[in-house]
Amino acid sequence: MRDAVSRFTPQIVLSPSLIASFVYVFLFCAWTVWLSLSDSTLLPDFSYGGIKHYLALWQNRRWTIAYTNLFLFSSLYVSGSLAIGLTLAVLIDQRVRGEAIWRSVLLYPLAISFVVTGTVWRWLFSPSTGIQAFVRDLGWTGFTFDWILDRDRAIYTIVITGVWHASGFAMVLLLAGLRSVEQDLIKAAQIDGASMRRIYWKIVLPSIRPIIIAVVVILLQFAIKTFDLVVAQTGGGPGLATNVPAIYVYDLMFQRGQIAEGAAGAVMILLALAAVLVPYAIWSSYHERREAGNS
Amino acid sequence: MSAARPAIADRIAIFDPLSTGTTWQRRRSLAVVYGLLSLFAAYYLLPLGVIVLNSFRDMAEISRAGLIGLPHSFSLQHWAKAWGTFCVNGACNGIAPFFYNSLWMAIPATIISTAIGAINGYVLSKWRFRGSETLFACMTLGVFLPGQMVLLPWAWTLGTLGLTNTIAGLVLIHCVQGLSFTTLFCRNYYVSIPDALIQAARIDGAGFWRIFRKIVLPLSPPILIVTVIWQFTGIWNDFLFGVIFSSGRNQPVTAALIALTAGGMSVRQYNVESAAVLIGAMPPLLIYLFGGKFFMRGLTQGAVK
Repeated sequence: MRDAVSRFTPQIVLSPSLIASFVYVFLFCAWTVWLSLSDSTLLPDFSYGGIKHYLALWQNRRWTIAYTNLFLFSSLYVSGSLAIGLTLAVLIDQRVRGEAIWRSVLLYPLAISFVVTGTVWRWLFSPSTGIQAFVRDLGWTGFTFDWILDRDRAIYTIVITGVWHASGFAMVLLLAGLRSVEQDLIKAAQIDGASMRRIYWKIVLPSIRPIIIAVVVILLQFAIKTFDLVVAQTGGGPGLATNVPAIYVYDLMFQRGQIAEGAAGAVMILLALAAVLVPYAIWSSYHERREAGNS
Repeated sequence: MSAARPAIADRIAIFDPLSTGTTWQRRRSLAVVYGLLSLFAAYYLLPLGVIVLNSFRDMAEISRAGLIGLPHSFSLQHWAKAWGTFCVNGACNGIAPFFYNSLWMAIPATIISTAIGAINGYVLSKWRFRGSETLFACMTLGVFLPGQMVLLPWAWTLGTLGLTNTIAGLVLIHCVQGLSFTTLFCRNYYVSIPDALIQAARIDGAGFWRIFRKIVLPLSPPILIVTVIWQFTGIWNDFLFGVIFSSGRNQPVTAALIALTAGGMSVRQYNVESAAVLIGAMPPLLIYLFGGKFFMRGLTQGAVK
């Protein structure tokens, strides 16, 4: 008996976590999927109701605004963070003095919550107290910067804040990539007289492509889950202008008592994530196999 | 120029564009590099600088001159007010109770999820059994799961367990949710411990726990520090679970900050609110300042994998 117990210790030790993770990952997901197909409104009701909540969701203007915003925000947020992150990584890679200090200054936003980030930027974007007031005080009295109150432009203030939060993160990962590029390759190109710009475009960037793709995937994940940043900065407003799916799902589930439609929205968020992660997983396993084949 | 090329190539040990070219070119590129870096640094430091300065300024001065500006008044009383007497969620005890809520939430959840993650990682790397790789892959799915998918089931679970609107409920959520992350981190680290070490110990008659205590744990500090830092920061900064599963005086500090700074007050007190925001951001910021190296290491290790 004692032997049997000690033989299976690893399995026994692992099982509580396994059960917890399985409940969390599979049962909870199945539960939400089922709710999205049920007749539930304020309380869970497990009778099958078909896909009507998905149809209702997609016919709802608020949801289409939220989804459009998500596409706009994700593409600008990811490309902005990547562009700035890459610029910063290349700049820091020039063997600058005080690298550790630059790096900490550029990365600290990652330690700060979206709630704090959104709150502070809300103050800065607010015309009466923030940047507009500051520039007008300097003497440029006609200066206007009121995007946060403008229905068509408020989403761009979220992008600016998001990029502020994420580009340092992109920089650190890309810098680690730049450092891993083979020096011999670069030296050979230099001897051939290639310009610095050419070396970066033709040699360095292509060889860190896997890291660039990983950064894009991670950032897309952040973007799809964006919730607290928008709540803190604009509350989804003005009007519905900065609504994102996560906020609308929260509203449906906990403010309006339409949990089936909320669950349908949650499933859509999951699908969006899967649309990013599944191709990435396939690509990276293919990539790994090819690398392994080459060596 | 062409004659000089081999000489230059000999001189450059590593790729270092700033030390090549004529003096003039070198100066220009140095100016570009440091100029751009300073610009970006200003963009990054602006928000922090603004709230730090505002937390010391008088309200009269802020309403006159706006939030961006050098302080002409200095007072620590806004910090005291933000900490102890400012009204949030209908009670006037400042941000302090919510700060403690976050501590009581983040500390146990960090310790528990890291401890379990270490043991799981040990099993999944050093005691593999048939199917353990698949189980590991399924567990890591939890890292990617969006919170929205689990909100309703959690609401039911917490209700059934009688943990609705308690710190213990939030600890439970963060433990289960953090499990996949800590397991992934620790497992990927323990894989690099040589199997021969474990085999030798087993031949000497050491069992599962003895090997863990005597061999694995002493090698673990680097990964445990990284995991603790990431878990703590993530749990402290969480808003979604906090705002949904707690209310009133049981809220963590992130949810309280939203209530405080976005509440329908007639006159905003930016100085007190700035101090409150800084207090709410302080623990992860301090960890970042003092443990930046580990923070960075976790980032490059974990994220790329």
